Amino acid sequence: MRFEGTKSYVATDDLKVAVNAAALLRRPLLVKGEPGTGKTVLAEEVAKALGAPLITWNIKSTTKAHQGLYEYDAVARLRDGQLGDERVHDIRNYIKKGKLWEAFESPVLPVLLIDEIDKADIEFPNDLLQELDRMSFDVYETHETITAKERPIIIITSNNEKELPDAFLRRCFFHYIKFPDRDTMQAIIDVHFPGIQKILVGKAMDIFYEVRDVPGLKKKPSTSELLDWLKLLLAEDMPLDVLQNKDPTKAIPPLHGALLKNEQDVMLFERLAFMARRQG
Amino acid sequence: MFFNFLDELRAAGINASLKEHLILLEALDKDAIERTPEQFYYLSRSVFVKDEGMLDRFDQVFNKVFKGLLTEYGTNPQEIPADWLRAVAEKFLTPEEMAKIESLGSWDEIMETLKKRLEEQQERHEGGNKWIGTGGTSPFGHSGYNPEGVRIGGESKHKRALKVWEKREFQNLDNTRELGTRNIKIALRRLRKFAREGAAEELDIKATIDGTARQGWLDIHMRPERRNAIKVLLFLDVGGSMDPFVKLVEELFSAATAEFKNLEFFYFHNCLYEGVWKDNKRRFSERTPTWEVLHKFPHDYKIVFVGDAAMSPYEITHPGGSVEHFNEEAGAVWMHRVTNTYPATVWLNPTPEAHWGYSQSTKVIKDLMNDRMFPLTLDGLEDAMRELTRKH
Repeated sequence: MRFEGTKSYVATDDLKVAVNAAALLRRPLLVKGEPGTGKTVLAEEVAKALGAPLITWNIKSTTKAHQGLYEYDAVARLRDGQLGDERVHDIRNYIKKGKLWEAFESPVLPVLLIDEIDKADIEFPNDLLQELDRMSFDVYETHETITAKERPIIIITSNNEKELPDAFLRRCFFHYIKFPDRDTMQAIIDVHFPGIQKILVGKAMDIFYEVRDVPGLKKKPSTSELLDWLKLLLAEDMPLDVLQNKDPTKAIPPLHGALLKNEQDVMLFERLAFMARRQG
Repeated sequence: MFFNFLDELRAAGINASLKEHLILLEALDKDAIERTPEQFYYLSRSVFVKDEGMLDRFDQVFNKVFKGLLTEYGTNPQEIPADWLRAVAEKFLTPEEMAKIESLGSWDEIMETLKKRLEEQQERHEGGNKWIGTGGTSPFGHSGYNPEGVRIGGESKHKRALKVWEKREFQNLDNTRELGTRNIKIALRRLRKFAREGAAEELDIKATIDGTARQGWLDIHMRPERRNAIKVLLFLDVGGSMDPFVKLVEELFSAATAEFKNLEFFYFHNCLYEGVWKDNKRRFSERTPTWEVLHKFPHDYKIVFVGDAAMSPYEITHPGGSVEHFNEEAGAVWMHRVTNTYPATVWLNPTPEAHWGYSQSTKVIKDLMNDRMFPLTLDGLEDAMRELTRKH
């Protein structure tokens, strides 16, 4: 069982090593990187490649660690008690399983994605230490201990909004998805748009890397933005000479909405174009 | 196994422990990788480094520890092997010899000859003046002398078989943070006052039992969750003597913005006067009158000043003392107004506490603050937060 990338996902060598080591030792893999470099997609592709079901736990600012284990719905039980429902005698009817429980109980080995762990409260990772280490937890209401049949493969993504505690990090493998270089980017584009005109891609990539190099951009466009932009260029049937147009007074690339997501960045480009016009 | 590696990593400030070391050994034991240096590099990197800022440092350590052991690997015969180029000796040249070298030809010719030599040459070579090697007068190789020579090695334009860890691709991510933002956040957590606000999502057991007993039927009460309702107003000193502390203050600021939902900030220079601003680029055009701040934010806001309080004492005590403009009222008057309006006020000073005694203005500010000045260290921060949460 080895992950070698898939038809729709280009994995670099270092990423493969990290994924395979984490999968073999069954330790969580923590993935960081710029937004849009394919952190979440990685889990989907790993699951696809290994033929394992994917269980996704999306973390929000209000998510608590115990919600991943289980939740006890006391309100429903009280209501049922008032209505005289038979179910009320068994507390298990009111325990809702969380994603971690689901992963522990899965009949086939699953991939568990804990997405954007840094969104939650700063103590959140610490609350999950024991559970991720032993891969088991107690249910106080029923005095059960839930233990994983087989330690699931866990992939955790983080956008670096909050720093994670050391004790948590020590238990993980870590991979930083760096922004793809031109060759990797070419491979990624080939995977997503097979048969696309080579010249178009070349020109588009020139513009793309130029945009990324402009100092002072608030949000640099990333892989997913490049793919969206290419899709748009194709859909609009943009003539090639528009891209080839090296006129600095038109510094804003065509259909820039897909690349620049911040009005300050668009302003920056307009200013650059204005300055170029004044000089010329 | 690899203890040396672990020690070097720790010496370089990478926070690696026995735990990681054991994971690495376990992975090797289970054959997680193919047995090549590249794969070993990727594996150990993913085990030991947990912060992209440390990747560059890891590359350097890896290079240092394993350099001697791995040079044989991956040197493609078409590319120039590094050990030919290792500096062994520098040969001192006479002027005649220099002239001889110059005669060899122009840049293009040298490159052309280089290609040919490469095809001919099969083994390591030192000295001499035709083959590629070190310490010779041939234009190829390094540490030799030749005005038209091509430097072959790390800085050369010619492609050498650079190994991944030698590329040091993560160079610009390295950041040495002494006081991590996480530590600051933990210290700021002291400043929490939970209040129930917003949508009712949680079962209020006490009220439910109470209601049920009173009504005779099940009476469910819900209540909003507890959230941190503390309100903070931050005044940051910028410019001049504060420049060395910019990094520290930035960290405090980023930790604070993440920790508190109700956080407002303003900038000032040296001492608080009648105007503050939010954008340093437009500090002269977009000022907020300090009166407006005092009137806008209720008295339950916690006030935190951050500044080194290093200035001429006149800047605090005298009208017109400001270095930037003519202030009608003395800084001390404004400081009094703030401390009178907001009972919970502290001053955080990034200069070490031991130095405070040498600066007269620091003493004046400290008196104005009724001694509520704390050093900008983790301990100082905790004391400051304790002071702010004290009942006033």
